[in-house]
Amino acid sequence: MAARKPTEKTLGESLRERGVSRRGFLKFCAATASMMALPPSMAPAIAAALEKAKRPSVIWLSFQECTGCTESLTRSHAPTLEDLILDVISLDYHHTLQAAAGDAAEHAREEAMAANPGEYLVIVDGSIPGPKANPGFSTVAGHSNYAMLMETVENAAAVIAVGSCATFGGLPAANPNPTGAMSVMDLVKNKPVINVSGCPPIPMVITGVIAHYLTFGRLPELDAYNRPMAFYGQSIHDRCYRRPFYDRGLFAKTFDDEGARLGWCLYELGCKGPTTYNACATMRWNDGTSWPVEAGHPCLGCSEPKFWDAGGFYNAVSVPTSASGMNVLAAGVLGAVVGGAVAVSAKKQTKAEVAHRQPVTVEELEAKL
Amino acid sequence: MSLLDQIPVVVESGSVVPEADPHPQGYGNAEPVLHEVRHALARLISTGETTKIDLKAMPFGPGDLEHLLSVLGTGEVQASIDALGPTRVQETAIPGVWLVDYLNSEAHRLALHLEIATVPEILCPQPQDLNDAIAALDARLNPDQSDPPLAS
Ligand code: SF4
Ligand code: SF4
Repeated sequence: MAARKPTEKTLGESLRERGVSRRGFLKFCAATASMMALPPSMAPAIAAALEKAKRPSVIWLSFQECTGCTESLTRSHAPTLEDLILDVISLDYHHTLQAAAGDAAEHAREEAMAANPGEYLVIVDGSIPGPKANPGFSTVAGHSNYAMLMETVENAAAVIAVGSCATFGGLPAANPNPTGAMSVMDLVKNKPVINVSGCPPIPMVITGVIAHYLTFGRLPELDAYNRPMAFYGQSIHDRCYRRPFYDRGLFAKTFDDEGARLGWCLYELGCKGPTTYNACATMRWNDGTSWPVEAGHPCLGCSEPKFWDAGGFYNAVSVPTSASGMNVLAAGVLGAVVGGAVAVSAKKQTKAEVAHRQPVTVEELEAKL
Repeated sequence: MSLLDQIPVVVESGSVVPEADPHPQGYGNAEPVLHEVRHALARLISTGETTKIDLKAMPFGPGDLEHLLSVLGTGEVQASIDALGPTRVQETAIPGVWLVDYLNSEAHRLALHLEIATVPEILCPQPQDLNDAIAALDARLNPDQSDPPLAS
């Protein structure tokens, strides 16, 4: 995967070259509007903007993660991943998807960075052992995640953190957080960071954020947790089709009682829908087939900070979570403050470290274990 | 198509849908959309303004979409477009209310719209293509001429 200069052709031109008609392009844009949570009447405006869009170079970094986010993206149907990679973005580096390995792969990343300074997008999945943690907890090609992240974002246009690990620390940061896992926004302070949370995020939300950047040439409007409002602006509960049962006080008490069979609300079985902001209720999963609440399972709150530690998945929100919900918020604020302080002190060292990025040595690993 | 179909499913008790009922069940979320369609029709008639409703973005429960489509019914006109996979256009039994189903080449649904219009937008030739139409025809009329004639 050699790095390409992305600016030669517009998307419209390259699609036309591949025999895609304008009507076909309009259809693509109808799907893209849906993907960006925009009204379908926007399709012609999207077509006009995308026609002129250039393909940005994208570097995808994977750190402490389970590959679920990449799995999720490869199940994105609108457009297909192939379309996305070939037509919409120039994916110059992605561990899991690239054919190149070893030195060649690392060079692809370095070339993409050198060829597109200030213009490339960095997408990150996975959390990062912080600057004070043992760098050996997670390395790529012998370099610590932290060093690789800081070096790669240095000249990036923006960073998109994909999945709850990259956005909020996720499972690796769950109590007692043995690897000192931190989120991207804990560490990157001098670049725009967009959080696409979820465990994993809905594939169309990942591609929708990229499509938004391409279409409008800027980042989408964000909420207090840096999540795009288009997808995280409403709670699961506000868009849930079981809501009429909630409003009438009709709750399933067990997974197989009469209420469950009749499709009543899952609140008392632990549904975190009322405190969770995500697009599952309307975008659904598996190519729009269904979503957890439709499959009869309460929402776990996977797109919210610290969802692993926010009380049991099957405890009703009211008692434990209005209390632990406060904790979650307080912890989030505290985390941001602590993270900020760490980042400031770390930033001084970063420049020097990045300039002389050294592989993690065996001695270092042993000393810190 | 899918091996899932081959897994035998035995429903032992408590079936929600009475077997003899021919009408699809729903969670009641189709009704507001039907009223939206009614408003859109009124706008189309009085001002000519068209409306598109993205059915994939609705918080529908099981049965809601089926219920909506069964109320709208099937009308006289069908069309299909072959561009980046098939797109199926079906007029509902309510004139001016169209169901536009966008599929990709693997028959996955990309989008499902209700379009309230005299003609759905995807059926119309695109303005830029119309600009090129005379040149395209001229090229066919004079296949030997290497220089394409002026397009006017
Ligand atoms: S199932 Fe969950 S999201 Fe749906 S109405 Fe009940 S509490 Fe809200
Ligand atoms: S329903 Fe809740 S837990 Fe499930 S994927 Fe959506 S936000 Fe996450």
